[in-house]
Order: sequence, then structure tokens, then C-alpha cells
Amino acid sequence: MKKKNLLQRTIIILVVTLAGVYTVIGPRHRPTLHDFTWSGIKATLASNIRLGLDLKGGTHLVMRVKTDEVLKNLTLADANAIEKAAKDVGLPVKEVKAETTGGNYRIILEATDPSKLPEIDDAAKKKLGSDLSNWTSSISGNTIVWTLPPAAQAVIAEQATDQAQKIIESRLDAVGVAEPLVQRHGSQTSHQILVQMPGIHDPERVKQLLKAESKLELVHVVSPPSPQPVQTYNSEEEAKASLGGTVPTNRRVLPYAERNEPTTAGGQPATDQAQKQKKWVVVESPAVVDGSELRNAAATQSRAGGDEYSISFALKPTGAEKFGSWTGANINEYMGVVLNDEVKSVAYIKSQINDQGEISGKFTKQSAEDLALTLRSGALPAPIEYMEERTVGPSLGADSIRSGVRASMVGLLLVVVFMLVYYRGAGVNAVVALILNMILMLAALILFQATLTLPGIAGIILTIGMAVDSNVLIFERIREELRSGKTIPSAIEQGFARAFVTIIDTHVTTIISSLFLFVFGTGPLRGFAVTLVLGLLINLFSAVYVSRTIFMWELSRKRKLESLSI
Amino acid sequence: MIQFFKDVKIDWLANRRIFIAISILLMLAGLSSAVFRQWKHPNGTEAFNLGVDFKGGTVVTVRFKQRPSAEVVRDALVKAGLKDAIIQPVTDKPDIVLIKIPLEGAGGESQAQVEAGRAKVREALSSFGPETAIDKDLASDPNAAFKIEGTDAVGAVAGAQLRNKAIAVTLAALVGILMYIAFRFEWTYGAAAVIAVFHDVLVTLGFFSIFQWEVSLTVIAALLTLVGFSVNDTIVVFDRIRENRRLHRRESLYKITNDSINQTLSRTVITSGLVFLSVLSMVLFGGEVLRGFSLALLIGITFGTYSSIAIASPIMVWWEQRLDIANRASATAANRPEPKSTRVTGGPNRAPLTSGAAKRSRGAGRA
Repeated sequence: MKKKNLLQRTIIILVVTLAGVYTVIGPRHRPTLHDFTWSGIKATLASNIRLGLDLKGGTHLVMRVKTDEVLKNLTLADANAIEKAAKDVGLPVKEVKAETTGGNYRIILEATDPSKLPEIDDAAKKKLGSDLSNWTSSISGNTIVWTLPPAAQAVIAEQATDQAQKIIESRLDAVGVAEPLVQRHGSQTSHQILVQMPGIHDPERVKQLLKAESKLELVHVVSPPSPQPVQTYNSEEEAKASLGGTVPTNRRVLPYAERNEPTTAGGQPATDQAQKQKKWVVVESPAVVDGSELRNAAATQSRAGGDEYSISFALKPTGAEKFGSWTGANINEYMGVVLNDEVKSVAYIKSQINDQGEISGKFTKQSAEDLALTLRSGALPAPIEYMEERTVGPSLGADSIRSGVRASMVGLLLVVVFMLVYYRGAGVNAVVALILNMILMLAALILFQATLTLPGIAGIILTIGMAVDSNVLIFERIREELRSGKTIPSAIEQGFARAFVTIIDTHVTTIISSLFLFVFGTGPLRGFAVTLVLGLLINLFSAVYVSRTIFMWELSRKRKLESLSI
Repeated sequence: MIQFFKDVKIDWLANRRIFIAISILLMLAGLSSAVFRQWKHPNGTEAFNLGVDFKGGTVVTVRFKQRPSAEVVRDALVKAGLKDAIIQPVTDKPDIVLIKIPLEGAGGESQAQVEAGRAKVREALSSFGPETAIDKDLASDPNAAFKIEGTDAVGAVAGAQLRNKAIAVTLAALVGILMYIAFRFEWTYGAAAVIAVFHDVLVTLGFFSIFQWEVSLTVIAALLTLVGFSVNDTIVVFDRIRENRRLHRRESLYKITNDSINQTLSRTVITSGLVFLSVLSMVLFGGEVLRGFSLALLIGITFGTYSSIAIASPIMVWWEQRLDIANRASATAANRPEPKSTRVTGGPNRAPLTSGAAKRSRGAGRA
């Protein structure tokens, strides 16, 4: 009976050990002879274990989506649309104001005739349709107030963050970052996104790409038609003055930089009289089409062999239809290409254009490619800002691995030497258990695809110290039982039984505090919690089950054991 | 056979006043350091030397071909407009310098805070020569003088978030442990253990304030670890007390506690010693990043061991005796004879003790 029990235990331990060893150093391909050399094992180990950014090198970015900007823009746009809707049906409107401060988003419409207010409300509802469904309206006196309730704000902000996350993912993908991690960060309402990019050590370009807003618009420039030159102004004030001092909601005053003489739209080469001076133009609002109608964008060389680049783009069918009918109706009018609220080029419309266009400007190859990329991935719904940025160079990561491994080895060695000196024969049990614990912990890390970080290595080192505690508890207890005159088998029996209660209690408390760290902790700290918890769980197997089996084996070897080496 | 402690008969509880006085002194020292520093710099978080994780700011790790002295680096930084930089040569790597600068562009957008610091450091360092190209090694680039190996830039908002989270996690873990011990033992044991753990955390933090060691995210991990460790130590003693109380019902709690501490003394010293050794190897070989972590653990383990003997046990004994006196008084008031007067603590109407004993004997039976 006892023999059978021992055999069963031995088989279980052997199977678990072999499986563990194979998981740790077994190659994930058909093994070759090289895989069993020292360097081969090291290489396999390195490829099996998923290293954190702090060990592998890379960039860790935390960014916040400025969702208040989305809400602000939405309020302004809807205020515009409401005013337009009322005017379109001939209802008198005195003033429309948009309030966007202090987390309150409100549109206040003041009418000259209060009796028309319900009609205006209806007209706005009809015209804006679902756009207005988020708002709640109330009429009092001669005003209608539309308010965006906090719940609706939260939904819109949430959508913007999700959209930003998707756009960031597609941009990272397009620029070729290998194995990026993009996920929400912090609480749901903080609208933060975490981006981890292994292997990226200088994130400047990627950072610029990620936050590039790339808002493209094709607009009608207010100007006498060609062949008259396009109407520009030397200052913003001058441009505003031409509109009578204030900018009405259907006009925008935009800077117009970098470009020279207007050319025909549709990809004609530019003439070479660069005018460096910044000018201003007045354009119609809203734009004819915007970046959401873009089907494709690509960097093209402005002239064969030159180092100036421009971006050619194509529109989606819906955009092309709008654009085609508009250009057809506005031959000889001026059209502007606006990028991020700056007019990049102005050209007169020679003939109807359907779906092709070009943004010319003095782009370098890189900047043209980056711009095309961000245009393709769509505009971010809101600007983003970086809150946290960490980079680790490859050699720094390698240094950390080296010092971590060295510290673990020294720690392990000290513990092993002590256990062997102090407990002699039984010390071997503890050492076998400890080494098995290390192997199984690495195997568990690989199996669970957990990430090993530098604090994670600290967790391993700490596990060495704490794992041995179980053995110390058991051995001290066995010694006590022996001193009190028990026989060796019953001392071992009692030692394990009595110590087990304590071992459970000590493990559970440490696991509780590690779990809190894992659930609420960030980044590398979670790595610490992972290794510590895994180490302690495995310890219940290695320090109790395995060590017990070794004692059982010793007992079974001799009929009567006179002395126990402990 | 080597045996450190054989049949020790130390009367630990007799010295409880001295122990508690020492602990209170240590905690007061830490507290006064924190209060004094805070008061001296009223607008900063100067009670502790908070790292960039919690305060915001930038740390730049630079590898030099020829490492300039700290003064030279400082001069270059001052020229670039960075006055309050901390320049920290890495002890075990002769070519690496850590440059820590507080938040730049404070009050502005966190974007600017995150980016300004590094840009300025880069500008300052360019006075030492060109930087290595991104994809090249410092050694393989003959012209380069330095390479920025790593940066950590944290804005003020992100720093505050991390700080609040760290405090919340530590407190939540303490509550979790209190609940577990209350479930496994009686609540007096749990309370005593948690007071002892609080003591360890406070003493450790006191050291960090007095010596102005940097408090970073990893230090918080260390604090949580020492919470677990210190409770472990206390549990080992309490488990033994629980067991001995069942075996020796006629003994006084005072003697049982002393005996239990003495019986587990060898385990306590060996385990703490071994953990101490492994943490010491981290201090010596673990590199700069783990230094704060290992220092916190080193102190925490020392005091965690001390507190389970010197703080948790006396508090538990004191508390149990108080409860017992109260129970006797109420029992006498009700004019009921005391059937089991031999039991020093826990009158017959003290349900928790009975249920605790029952729980324990179940546990022993299972094992």
C-alpha cells in the first residue's frame, strides 16, 4: 500500500518535472542538435519567455484623448447647424450661443419672437435628426436651451476614445511597428490609451505619427473667379475686416502659407515663384468634402527626380459625387486644400473634377509618406496628448537581465549553501524542491504567456527566500517532534501535518497582497505580482509534496531508519 | 546537528514596554522627519523623495564613452536651463549616468511636461559631442560621444494618478489581510497582526524619509511584499499560540505566548535570515533599478520579524487579557459561578474563542 503510494507520487513528480523542463528549454520547432548546446538552450529560453519592455527594450507611451475637445467641437457644429436650420425655414433668430466651459455643453438660441420657438425647435429636430437626439431641449422665455446631459457626454467621449484607439492601431500597423500593444489605460473615464512598442528606442517619429490630427478639407475660397488672382489678405485682421469685422458662422479665416501662384487643381505642377510670406484667405464653411470621404492617399514625387513631394488622394464614391457636382457648378472658382486648419494650396477649377486631388507643398519624402499614412488611417476624433513616456534601449535591458540573473544566482547559492550546512540530508530535499520551483515557475510563465519584467525577477528572488520558509517550518517542526521522543516516521508525519496549517496561512496572506498588486498595479509591477504568486502556488507542490515524497523514499529504503539527517 | 536555538526560555513579554517604546521612538523619528521636511518646504512633497513615477519629471539614462564628472554634466545642464538636475553616476556601471530633472514647463500641458525635459537634456549633452545614431551602438560609432539609453518622462497628472493608486492598493491589501486573519483566527489576533504590519510600513517609510531615499513604484511593491512577509511571521507565532492553548489549557496566555515565540524562534531567525540574504544579493547585484525595492525590503524584513515578536504578540496578549477581565466582571455581575476558572482568558460566554478552537481542531484533523 505504502509502496504503491510512493510509486504513484514519484511518477507524478517525474511527469511534472519533465513537462516543466521541456516547456522551459524545449524549442518550438523541430529540435536540432544545436538546441541542446548551452548557447542553443539559452536562445530557446530567450525566445520562449516573453520579456517585458524594461528587459527587452522599447517604448511605453500613455496618452490621453482630449475628449473635451470632441464635445466642444460637437457643440459648436450643432449650434451652427441649428442656426442654419432655423434660417433655412425662414424663422427669425436673434442669436445662437454655444457654451462649452466647466463640463457643461449648452446651445442657447434666442429668438426675436418667442411664439416661434416651438417651430424652431421642430425645424432643428427635423434638420439635424439623430445628431440632436443626444441633446435635451427646453424652452423658457424667448430662448431655447439644448443641453448635453452627462450620460450623453460620457457616451460620446467613450466613442471618441475607442475610435482614437482603433486609429492608433491602424497607424502603428501601417508604419510597421512589430507586435505593438494598444490598450485602454487607467479608469474608464480617464480616456487614456497605453501603447507599448517593443524594439522602438527612439519614438519621436512614431509619436508624431500617432498624434498627427491630419484633418483634410476641400473648401471653396471666397474670391473673384479666375482669371482674376485669388483674393488673399496680408493679415488676419484684414481678412476679418473684409467680412465686416466678425466672422459669420458660414465663413472661416485661415492662414495660407508656403504656396506660390495658384495652379489648376487636379495635379498640375506648380510654378516656382515661392512666396514665403504668410497670407490669409476667407473660405466658405462647411467644407465641400472632408477627410472622412477619403478613399486613398499616397506620397508622390512632385517632379521626376526632384526631392519635393506631394500627396495625391482619391475620394470615396459619396465624396466624389459631392465633389464632382460642386466642381462642375463652380468652374473658374478657387478651391483650397486645407490641412489641419491651414490652407496648403489654392487652385482654380478648370473643369469638373470627380475623385482625384493633390495636396502640394514642400514636403520631404518622409513627411509626405507620414502625412499620406495618417490621412489613410482617418483623422483622430480628438487631439491626443502624451502623459507618460518611457523608453528603454536594448543594451540597458540586457544590463538589467544580467544584473537580475546575477542577483538570483547569488541569492539561490546563499540559500542552497545554508540549507545544506544547517539541515544536511534534509537540506537536499529543500534544494531539490527549490530548483524544481524555479523550473516550474519559468514553465508557468511560458504557459500563461505572462510577461517577465525586472520587478518580476525580483519576485523570483523573493520566492527563493519565501519558498525555503516552508521547508524551514517543516524541518524545524520535525526536529522538535524528534526531540520530544517521537519515532522518525511519526515525527515526519507530524512535522508535515502541523506545519501545513501554518504554510497555508502564510501563503494565503502573501497571495492576497500580491493579488491586489496584480489587479490594481501597473506595468512592470504586475510582473512582480505574477512571479510571486506563481512561485508561492508552485511552492505548495514542490516544498510540501515533493519534499514529503523524498522523505518517504528515504524511509522506505531501509526497514528501520536509525537516524534522520536533518 | 547545528541548532541555533535549543530550549531557549526568554521572557519576551517582560520586555514589552521597552520594545513598544523603541518602536514608538522609531516611528516618531520618521514622522518628525516627514513633518519637518514638509513644513520646511510647504508647497512641495518633500516629506519623501518621490521619484518621477509619483511626482512627474524626467529621468534620462546616458551612456558616455568617457564619462564626464558630475560637475561637468551639471554645468552643461545649467547652461541649457536645467538648474535642479540630480546627476547620479551608476555605481556598478562606470560609463552610465542617470540625470533626473523635475517637471519642466510646470502648470502647462502634460504633453509639454513630458517632452520638454528630454529635449533639454539632449541639447545640454550635445556639448559633449554628437549622439550615436538610433540604430547604432555607442562602441561601434567612432564619432559619437554618448548615447541616450533610456528615458522615463511622467507628466504631473499621470504622476498623481500613480501616487493615488499606490496608496489605495496598499490600504486595500492591508484590509484584505485583516479580513483573512479575522476569518482564520479571532479578531484580536487579526487586529494585533495588522497593527504590527502598519508599524513595519511606517518604520520603513520613516527610513525613506530620514535618508531621503527615492520612493518609486517598485518601493510600493516592496511595501506590499513586506506586508505579506510580516503577516507571515506573525501568523507562524499565532498558529503556535493557538495550538499550544489547546494542548496546555491550564497555562497562562502569558506563558503560552512566550513559549510559542521561543519554539518558533529558530524558524523565525532562519527564514528571515534567508530572505534577508536573498534580498541582500538584490541590493548588491540587482542594479540601480531595484535598489529602492531591495532597500525597502531589507528594512521591512528586519522590522517585520521584530514586530511579530515584539509588537503583535504583546498587543494580542494585552487585548485578550483586557477582554477576559471584562468578561469576568460581567460574569460576576450576573452572579454566575465561573465553571472553567483555570482558563486564563476567555470566559464560557466568549463565543469567538470556542469557535476559533473548533476551527483549528478541524484544521488539524484535516491535516
